[in-house]
Amino acid sequence: MIRSITQLKSEEEIDRLLEGLMRVFIVGCGTCVTLTHTGGEPEVTAMNESLSKKGKLITGQTVVPVACDNLTSDMLGEFGPQMDQSDALLIMTCAFGVQTIARQLKKMVVPALDTLFIGKETGPGEFNEVCIQCGTCIIGETGGICPVTSCHKGLVNGPCGGTDNGKCEIDRRKDCVWTMIYNRLLDLGRLDSMRIIQPPRNHLGEPTPGKMILPEA
Amino acid sequence: MVSAFKKALESGKFVVTCEAAPPKGTNLDRMAHDIELLKDKVDGINVTDHQSSVMRFPSLGGALLVKELGGEPILQMTCRDRNRLALQADLLFASYKGIHNVLCLTGDSIMLGDHKEAKSVFDLDSSQLVAVVRTLEEGKDTSGNDLDGGVSFCAGAIVTPEATPLEPQLIKFEKKIEAGAEFIQTQAVFDLDRFKEFMEYARQFQVKILAGIILLTSAPMARFMNKNIAGVFVPQDLIDEMASAPKGQALAKGIEIAGRMIRRIQEEKMCDGVHIMAIGKEDLVPEIMSVAGLI
Ligand code: SF4
Ligand code: SF4
Repeated sequence: MIRSITQLKSEEEIDRLLEGLMRVFIVGCGTCVTLTHTGGEPEVTAMNESLSKKGKLITGQTVVPVACDNLTSDMLGEFGPQMDQSDALLIMTCAFGVQTIARQLKKMVVPALDTLFIGKETGPGEFNEVCIQCGTCIIGETGGICPVTSCHKGLVNGPCGGTDNGKCEIDRRKDCVWTMIYNRLLDLGRLDSMRIIQPPRNHLGEPTPGKMILPEA
Repeated sequence: MVSAFKKALESGKFVVTCEAAPPKGTNLDRMAHDIELLKDKVDGINVTDHQSSVMRFPSLGGALLVKELGGEPILQMTCRDRNRLALQADLLFASYKGIHNVLCLTGDSIMLGDHKEAKSVFDLDSSQLVAVVRTLEEGKDTSGNDLDGGVSFCAGAIVTPEATPLEPQLIKFEKKIEAGAEFIQTQAVFDLDRFKEFMEYARQFQVKILAGIILLTSAPMARFMNKNIAGVFVPQDLIDEMASAPKGQALAKGIEIAGRMIRRIQEEKMCDGVHIMAIGKEDLVPEIMSVAGLI
């Protein structure tokens, strides 16, 4: 399942963003941020306590099931009066949730988290980005492993000179994706596809900002 | 326009190149001093491009200085900081200014340098950059538009013959040659018997190979490289030899080892020349060459 991977902003930054905003309503989410322990029930409650200690008036808190869902405004409906009294909503969801709420409610929103990447849970407590949606997919020639995403430099023609014993030059604990691709193609007997010279990437494949309108059926 | 460096490569002589690192700032005195010292002794001077991702005076400016002082510049270009527009523009400018040798590199990660928060580019990779040089030479830019006034370059790239696993490196090496690389500088080699094995394979390609020689300055420096520099492997006997040097004599030992290696590479005709990396001690290159019997 696709997961939005987030990290709590620093205390100083949250304090700065909430400066002059006295009455705060806190929103968490029951999906990705619950999994990553950044915006589930326990984190929302801890934030409530910490801000209360700093003298903020917490008008309420809730954890919606899926913050990025268009039904979120309905879920928040029952808190209408509390939110109306608030100077700001502190949103402990990924930026998709923050923007969904900002679009639906006429309220100042303050994100409490940074959204790092969209990835998947590849092991207990381990999350990895696997696709940056480049729009010109080449993994048919790289054994189903994506170098655009998983090579630190996004190289499409093979490893850089920094690769060492299968590890990446930026972090000896991170696998060099080109060693992984090589091993996989070797296993599959398809090493020839690593010899294909990939042209420079076509960045038009990735509309900036991404937008698509389906043609009428 | 055939560059003097390309002529040297084609002449069959044992080619020697070295490096000059631009300063952090605009004081070019030291760099100019090194260039003056080296320009008549070597066949080309590589000017490094924000080496290790540390922001410095640009390689293009440094290459111009080499040219102005009467040396033969080899412009190092990485893909880290410029997209294909900027890289092509710099190649036009370089050729216009008489800089006709370029070494195409991917570039170190920004995270290894002194501007870790900057955005890295990597719009192209090293093999694609070699292809771009050849495209410009055909009078076109990478979008197929005609150029008014052309360029000419002797284009090269690098290889790490001691990488593990080796085959992915070799596949990329072959792509660089296919893209049009005329010369290849290797990452530093120390184990010459292993280098000979690499050359047995590399000989089948139409490309000139310059063996990378790094000046060892001390035993701890050698151990540091083994631990931290990808694809560099200093064998234990060389580390021991460095450690055995009397106090204050380690650098002289390093010069002796580098000179000895170059001499052996030349005597055994292992490859077409050497690229000497003295890393901050460029003024010692003439001494190394003299131990090697080259001057
Ligand atoms: S090549 Fe592009 S689309 Fe395909 S997996 Fe990688 S980033 Fe995603
Ligand atoms: S070491 Fe491998 S994963 Fe890391 S930047 Fe180089 S090629 Fe990419």
